[in-house]
Amino acid sequence: MRSDRAATVLLIVVLLALVALPAVAGKYYVQLATKILIMAVFAMSLDLLVGYAGLVSLGHAAFFGFGAYLVALAAPQYQAANFWTSLPLAVGGAALLAAAIGFFAVRTQGVYFIMVTLAFAQMVYYVFHDTKIAGGSDGIFIDVRPDTALFGWTPFDLANFVHLYFVVLAVFVAAYLVLRVVLASPFGRVVQGIRVNEHRMKSLGFPTFRYKLVAFTIAGAVAGLAGYFGAVQYGAVNPEMLGWHLSGSVLMMVILGGMGTLAGAVIGAAAFLLLELVFQGLSEHWQLLMGTTIVLVALFLPNGIAGLAWPLQRGRSG
Amino acid sequence: MAEVVLAVERLSRNFGGLAAVSGVSLECRMGEVHAVIGPNGAGKSTLINMLSGDLPPTSGTVRLRGRDVTGLTADRISRLGVGRSYQKTNVFLPFTVFENARIAAQSRLASSLRFFRPATALRAVNEAAERAIAAAGLEGREGATVASLSHGEQRQVEIAMTLATDPTLLLLDEPLAGMGAEESARIVALLQRLAADHAMLLVEHDMDAVFALADTLTVMVNGVVLESGTPERIRSSQAVQDAYLGGDEAHD
Repeated sequence: MRSDRAATVLLIVVLLALVALPAVAGKYYVQLATKILIMAVFAMSLDLLVGYAGLVSLGHAAFFGFGAYLVALAAPQYQAANFWTSLPLAVGGAALLAAAIGFFAVRTQGVYFIMVTLAFAQMVYYVFHDTKIAGGSDGIFIDVRPDTALFGWTPFDLANFVHLYFVVLAVFVAAYLVLRVVLASPFGRVVQGIRVNEHRMKSLGFPTFRYKLVAFTIAGAVAGLAGYFGAVQYGAVNPEMLGWHLSGSVLMMVILGGMGTLAGAVIGAAAFLLLELVFQGLSEHWQLLMGTTIVLVALFLPNGIAGLAWPLQRGRSG
Repeated sequence: MAEVVLAVERLSRNFGGLAAVSGVSLECRMGEVHAVIGPNGAGKSTLINMLSGDLPPTSGTVRLRGRDVTGLTADRISRLGVGRSYQKTNVFLPFTVFENARIAAQSRLASSLRFFRPATALRAVNEAAERAIAAAGLEGREGATVASLSHGEQRQVEIAMTLATDPTLLLLDEPLAGMGAEESARIVALLQRLAADHAMLLVEHDMDAVFALADTLTVMVNGVVLESGTPERIRSSQAVQDAYLGGDEAHD
């Protein structure tokens, strides 16, 4: 397909530009790009649910925030966490939390699913907000970035903003490729069939609950991965990283960029964060501008920004 | 005599105070086409919904090859070898014809929890999908998006999907609904071919097709069985004549 080839070329160009970025841009822009890439991974994980499985979650920040908190919780006080153990811990912890929440949430449909995911995420939020775990409502600083030493060799330093940028870039590329492969797999096809017609999937013999739960768990794990690097970059964690405000923002990124295309989630994350910056520079009431933009996109670009480039991509498989 | 694939005993379903299906018993053997006919509202769709697991019965039993499957969910019943088509076309409109049949065939894998190889690399699944598409007369249309097909072709996709699951028992809810004469004739010929090595329970309003296909007929009126037997017996039954066949709605 021609659109596929064009997309591949575009992807390679963007990737080369991203690799070259630290050579040409200053610290501010490298850190901004790091943040965009982290949010892009987060948005892709939500797109797996919203755009591919048809599960509109309004509690996805719970897994991002949980992954972030595990960076802080894995570290002894005033010391660094071990990167090689804390990263799997954060991803695995977020996956477990997602499996537990998903076990109840994916039994519900439509607006009830939205409500249940929101409610569970708020429960997680208040656990961290109202108890002494990791500093309560103030959150906690990550005094020292995770230590990446491996048998005495330190391959990269997460406190160095360029190193962190390249690590995050590698994580982003890996997450994108893994999600692409998974979406084309037998499992991925089942998930997309459930979005289009869950009833028919059941009558064809697919126990849909199982597949939705696995999709929810994978999405939670990838969100936890994003959260881990979010905490490493920010140097602190606080309950807002679990809150419904962030859940809403990431959902807007997915809608803005275009649901059901991973590239859309990436474009959405970039557009959202850049628009936020531009609008903040223009006016104190920047959220009004942001809201207006989202409404206009929803009205006039039902397939999001990515829909401009690939108008027929969504749902076209097989 | 051939094996009894489907045995239904005193099956009932109430919706509130309304008995949509009441005490229906019937059998369907391997190689047999069993047609259920009756006027609108007779309970035919409710019956088929109970047989496919879309709707749990209020009482009674459903046995598949001797195994009690009453109240099992639709996915379990499907995996026991029951293929169902729907009266209202129930397909994946944004997907291609091939993907519709392919996903149906994929349902026969022991598990679809496979994450790292492309779904389209499953050769046995692809072949099953291609066979089903050919059997339903859709060869050459594999790449078309189902939403772009005519109503008749979408009905054929419905049948292709049902066949792709390689069922023993076919539950066909008005397979000819909305088809033109030519498409109907082709589907009737297909069903005649399939009848040899399947058990088939058919709900259909097209009486010419029913009498061409059916070995056994069950006539339902108001949720109960009015008469059951060979086509000759049904044709000559005075009760059926009065209630249904002779009436104005014979071909609705």
